[in-house]
Amino acid sequence: MTTTIPNKEPQKIHPHKFAMWVAMGSIVMMFAGMTSAYIVKKNQSSWLQFDLPLIFWYSTAVILASSLTMYLATKAMKAREMSRYRTLITITAGLGLAFLVMQYLGFKDLEARDIALIGPKSNSAASFLFVITVLHMLHVLGGVIAILIVFAKAFRSTVKNYSAVPVEVVGTYWHFVDALWIYLFLFYNWIG
Amino acid sequence: MSNEAVLHAHSDVATHDAHGDHSHEHHHHETFITKYVFSQDHKMIAKQFLITGMVWAVLGGLMSVLFRLQLGYPDSTFPWLESILGKWAKGGHITPEAYYALVTTHGTVLVFFVLTAGLSGTFANFLIPLQIGARDMASPFMNMLSYWFFFGASIVMLSSMFVETGPFSGGWTAYPPLSALGDASPGSKTGMDLWIVSMALFVVSSLLGGLNYIATVLNMRTKGMSMTRLPLTIWALFFTAVLGVLSFPVLLSGFILLIFDRNFGTSFYLSDIFINGVGALPNEGGSAILFQHLFWFLGHPEVYIILLPAMGMVSEILSVNSRKPIFGYMAMIGSLFAIAILAFLVWAHHMFVTGLNPFLGSVFVLLTLLIAVPSAIKVFNWLTTLWRGNIRFTPGMLFAIGFVSMFISGGLTGIWLGNSALDIHLHDTYFVIAHFHIVMGVASMFGMFAGIYHWYPKMYGRFMNNTLAYIHFWVTIAGAYMIFWPMHYQGLAGMPRRYYDFSIWESFKQFQDLNRFISLVAMIVFAVQFLFLFNFFYSIFRGRKVTTLNPWESNTLEWTTPIHPGHGNWVGEIPEVHRWAYDYGKDGKDFIQQTTPVGADESHH
Repeated sequence: MTTTIPNKEPQKIHPHKFAMWVAMGSIVMMFAGMTSAYIVKKNQSSWLQFDLPLIFWYSTAVILASSLTMYLATKAMKAREMSRYRTLITITAGLGLAFLVMQYLGFKDLEARDIALIGPKSNSAASFLFVITVLHMLHVLGGVIAILIVFAKAFRSTVKNYSAVPVEVVGTYWHFVDALWIYLFLFYNWIG
Repeated sequence: MSNEAVLHAHSDVATHDAHGDHSHEHHHHETFITKYVFSQDHKMIAKQFLITGMVWAVLGGLMSVLFRLQLGYPDSTFPWLESILGKWAKGGHITPEAYYALVTTHGTVLVFFVLTAGLSGTFANFLIPLQIGARDMASPFMNMLSYWFFFGASIVMLSSMFVETGPFSGGWTAYPPLSALGDASPGSKTGMDLWIVSMALFVVSSLLGGLNYIATVLNMRTKGMSMTRLPLTIWALFFTAVLGVLSFPVLLSGFILLIFDRNFGTSFYLSDIFINGVGALPNEGGSAILFQHLFWFLGHPEVYIILLPAMGMVSEILSVNSRKPIFGYMAMIGSLFAIAILAFLVWAHHMFVTGLNPFLGSVFVLLTLLIAVPSAIKVFNWLTTLWRGNIRFTPGMLFAIGFVSMFISGGLTGIWLGNSALDIHLHDTYFVIAHFHIVMGVASMFGMFAGIYHWYPKMYGRFMNNTLAYIHFWVTIAGAYMIFWPMHYQGLAGMPRRYYDFSIWESFKQFQDLNRFISLVAMIVFAVQFLFLFNFFYSIFRGRKVTTLNPWESNTLEWTTPIHPGHGNWVGEIPEVHRWAYDYGKDGKDFIQQTTPVGADESHH
C-alpha cells in the first residue's frame, strides 16, 4: 500500500469547473425527481391530455441558437477578440431572455385554451408542465444573470482579466440548461 | 490551477504562498468580522457549524425532555412548564398540539441541523483540507455561503417556534395533507410555511457545501496524495457529500410541488379531502404517496449522510488509538461505496404499509437486507482493528468504541425492520423509534463526540478535560441503552409511536412505569451533556495547552500543521505525501507519518 504508486500531478481540471459539473449532476437529480413524479402521476387516474404550445418549438430553436453563440463567445474570449466576445455574449443573454418570454407566452397560450395551470381547477398534467418549466426557466434566468456578471467584467477597464475560466464555467452551465430543455421538450412530447 | 491560486482568487485573508519558500507568516490585517463572522477559512467555518449545531442539539434535546415528561408523567402537572411554554402548557400540562410540535421539531432539528449540518458540516470543513493537504476548499466563498444559508435556515426554524399557531406539528417527514393544508391543524399554518422556507435554505446550504467537498477531495489533494492514500475520514465525507448532492435536489422537487399544493391550489398530493369545519376540497387526483416517494428518496440516503461521517471518523480514531493499521482499508472503502449505492435503492422500505405492491416490496426487502453485508464488513474491520491493539482509552477512543457498540445493536434490529412481513406488525411502533435512535441518532452522536474529543487539540490548540469526558461517556452510553433498549419491548408489544398519552390505553398502560423510567434516564443523560458543553467551552480558554505538533502520534497531515494553523494551514510549502495514513506499528516503529518518505529497507504490505 505504501509504495509503487507514481506521484502524478493532480489538478487537471479547474476546481470551479469541476464543481460546476457536480452541480449539474445535482440539478439533473432534481429534474429526474420531477419527471419521475410526472410519470408516476400520469399512470394514475384523471390525467389530462393536451397539445403543447406551438411556441415551445420556437423557443427550443432560440435556446439552441443561444448555445451556438455562447460557444462562439467562449472561442472569441480565448482568442482575445474582446469586441467580438462582447457582441456574442450580449446576443447570448438576449436570446436567453427571448427564451424566457417565449416560455411565458406558451403558458398564456395554454390558459387561452382553458387549461388551468394552477389553482383549484387545474389538472396535475398542466401543473406538472408548469412547475417543471418554471423551474427550468429559473435556471435559465440564473444563467442570464451569470452571463451579465461576466459581461460586466469584460467591460471593466481598470482590471484587465483574460482568465477564460469564469466564461467557460458559465458556458458549460449555459449548454447544460439548453440540454436540459431539450430533454424536457422530448419528455413532454414523447415520453410523458 | 493550484491550491494557492484558488485561495488567493477568492479570499482576502489568505496569508500564505507556497510558490516560494517563505518560511515566515505574513501578517495580514484581519478584522473581527472577516476572522470570526464572515470567515472564509474552512477551520473557522467548521467551528461555526459545530457551535450552531450545539445550540440546536441543546434545543432539540430539551424538546425531547419535554415530551418525555408528558410520556413519563401523563397525570402530573408542572406549573413551571406554563411559565416557559405559556398557552402550550396550560395548567402545567403539555397540550396535544404542543406535544406534536415538539416531536416534529425535535426530529427535524436533530436529523438536519445537528446530525447533518453539525456533523458533516463541521468535520467535512475541518478535516478535508487539513487531511488531504489543501490550503482551503475549492471555493472558500461558497463554503462561507453554505454556513450562512444554514444560519438563515436556523433563524427561520427558530422563529417558527414563536408564531401564534405554533411550529409545524405533522411529523418531521412533513407528509401531506397535514403539511399541504393550512386548515388541517394549527401547526400546518404559518409554522409549516416557515418550516418549508427553513428547509429550502437548508437544502441550498447542503448543496453548496457538498459541491465544495467533492470538488476539493477530487481536485485539491497535495502531491502524492492518491485516492488510496486518503484517510478513511475523507472517503466517508466524500461519499456523504455525493449522497447529499444527489438526494437533496429530489427532496427539493418534492418540496416545490408541496409549495404549489399549499399556496397555488394544485393537486399533486391532494385528493378527495374533507376538512372538519371547512368542507370538501376541490382537489382531485393527487397522490399523497407520491410525496412519500420523493421524500424517502432523500430520506433514506439522509440516514447515511448522517452515519457515514461518523463511520469515517471512528475508523480513523480506532486505528490511531489501537496503534494498528486499520484492518481492511480497501474493504472499508468498498463497503462505503456499496452503502452509498444501496442508499439510493431502498427508500420504499419506509413505505411497506402504504399499499405498496407486495412484489415491489419484496425487491426492496432484498435490497435493504443487502445493506447488512457492507455494514457487517465494517463492523468486522473495526473489531479486528481493535483486536490485540495497544489500545489508548482516550475519550475520543471510548466514544468511537461506543459507536461500534451502538451500530451493532441498532443495526441488528434493522434486519428485523427490513422485512416487509415483520413490518406489518412493527411499523410505527416504538421498535422503530428504538432502532433508528440507536443506529442513526446515538451512534452518529457518538461519532460526533469522538471527533470533537479527538480533533479538539487541532481546533483550539488545547485539550478537553479527561475526567469530565469519562463521566460524560459512561453516563451517556449507559443512559442511551437504558432509554432505547426498553423501547424494543414496547414496540414488540405494539405500542405505537407519536401517541400523546398511553395511560388511557388498556393495552399499553402496563408500560407506565417503564415509560417513567425512560423519561427519568432521558433527563439524566440530557443533564450530562451540559458537562460536555462546559468542558468544551471552558477548555477553549482554560484547557491544558497542546505543546507538541502531534499529540496523538497520528500519521495524518493535519498534525503536521502548526499548533495554531493560520488561514492556509501550512507555513511554507504543503508537505508531500509518500504513504497511506495507517502505518502504525510497522517495522518496529510506533507510527510513520504520511510525509515520511518510504525507506529503502521498509517492508511491503
